[in-house]
Amino acid sequence: MSGRLWVQRLGFLLLGLATLVVVAPILVVVLEIVVRGIGAIDWEFLSAMPRAGMKEGGILPAIVGTLLLTLGTALVAVPVGVGGAIYLAEYARDTAFTRAIRLAIVNLAGIPSIVYGLFGLGMFVLFLRFGASILAGSLTLAIMTLPVVISTSEEALRAVPTEFRTVAASLGGTRWQGIRTVVLPQALPGIITGVLLGLLRAAGETAPILFTVAAFYLPQLPRSPLDQTMALPYHLYVISTQVPGMPSSVQNGTAFVLLALVLLLNFAAAWIRRSFRRRRPW
Amino acid sequence: MSKVSIRELSYSYAGSPEPALSRVDLELPEKAIVVLFGPAGGGKTTLLRLVNRLNDLVEGAARSGEVLLDGEDVYAPGVDVTALRRRVGMVFALPLPLPGSIRDNVVYGPRLAGVRDRARLEELTERSLRQAALWEEVKDRLEASAFSLSGGQQQRLCIARSLSLEPEVLLLDEPTSGLDPISTAKVEESLLALKSSFTIVIVPHSVQQAARIADRTAFLLAGELVEVGEGQQVFTSPRDKRTEDYITGRFG
Repeated sequence: MSGRLWVQRLGFLLLGLATLVVVAPILVVVLEIVVRGIGAIDWEFLSAMPRAGMKEGGILPAIVGTLLLTLGTALVAVPVGVGGAIYLAEYARDTAFTRAIRLAIVNLAGIPSIVYGLFGLGMFVLFLRFGASILAGSLTLAIMTLPVVISTSEEALRAVPTEFRTVAASLGGTRWQGIRTVVLPQALPGIITGVLLGLLRAAGETAPILFTVAAFYLPQLPRSPLDQTMALPYHLYVISTQVPGMPSSVQNGTAFVLLALVLLLNFAAAWIRRSFRRRRPW
Repeated sequence: MSKVSIRELSYSYAGSPEPALSRVDLELPEKAIVVLFGPAGGGKTTLLRLVNRLNDLVEGAARSGEVLLDGEDVYAPGVDVTALRRRVGMVFALPLPLPGSIRDNVVYGPRLAGVRDRARLEELTERSLRQAALWEEVKDRLEASAFSLSGGQQQRLCIARSLSLEPEVLLLDEPTSGLDPISTAKVEESLLALKSSFTIVIVPHSVQQAARIADRTAFLLAGELVEVGEGQQVFTSPRDKRTEDYITGRFG
């Protein structure tokens, strides 16, 4: 066998190992949480209020809180983010101004989430007087999510060949008509994927909701956007570190529910992308 | 009077030292096929795209001269560009169906223009597809995806899509470059039938095609309109040495 073939085999081997190094920890973590957590899951755990200093009962308020926060985040981040992406991809020219916007987006993506939390505290909770509330938490999470939504949406829009816009224009369409009827529908799978990935991160974050919405222990469901609520990631942090004598089944169960929620969103993203791609013409 | 008069039209793209078109004068008579031919990079596509102002989308280009449609400059201030493009249809080199059904594609333009009446859309669909010689092949599957059609059918669909706006002028930029000979023949056939009601300008994909369908022929070389002639004259007895060289295959 020639030397070059051996080099190639060695290359494949190293690349395979690298992949394994990436995948193995994920598998271990997921398996660990599933194996330990699934036993704690029953109907009461999912549907009841916590009792006895959270050591008994369920985690319903945390589940509902996280779902509401994710929904609130989507309501803000999707229109603003997709709108911004349409502006950047379709209308904005390459000027100092738009370059500054892009730079800001890239930098926003790199800011640690606790900084978003502190910003949310200063801006929404205190300055705008929303108090610690679902509204303040959603807005904070939305700002953190925006860079992801904008950059993935912009990329998806740019991936639609220019010729489609030209055709729409040649048939008497205005620029917006072309975007609405031809470009957006084709960019939609990419946009949806980006949005879901952003929301996924938002759903699992603790730091941004720490000062803006999350309640330590609040065994009731929120009644308005100005209410505080419990949330899964923060609840997990609390029961893992702040409450002595917490039964490990509650911790494992909570971790399992959070993971399941996030994975579900992930699968939804993959499924949507796949079913759209089958309809895509090129 | 000519349907379209191009007067002293010059055009250059940003960052390009040579003008794409220099002082082009060309008359496009009504109900005739004008063929624009010449080597690549000669300015044929640019010229077409200036008639329906599709080059408005190009940034930093410079233009001088006039394009008159029925005697009125399409570049005059206040001209509604979308209305202009409905009057001046265009078919591109590569067929590019829009996502959606065959029917959606055909009536895309009228729908954008606000036509909602179902009977009217129905009528436009059938007539445009007939004019593009595609009706018989697709009449039973108008709801099928436009991408289920063959390349030749897709191109005829694109022609039908332009025709549904009932344009007065039709610009075709190498409409058969991606097609096999049979599909090409069908497209040419439909063009010959269409010229009784439209002003047609076509950039052919070969000199042979140009000679088959031309009522008037213009030879463009490096942005300069070298020669214009009626019918087959440019091919049979070119007046300019450069035209003759090109036709006889000495360059290009």
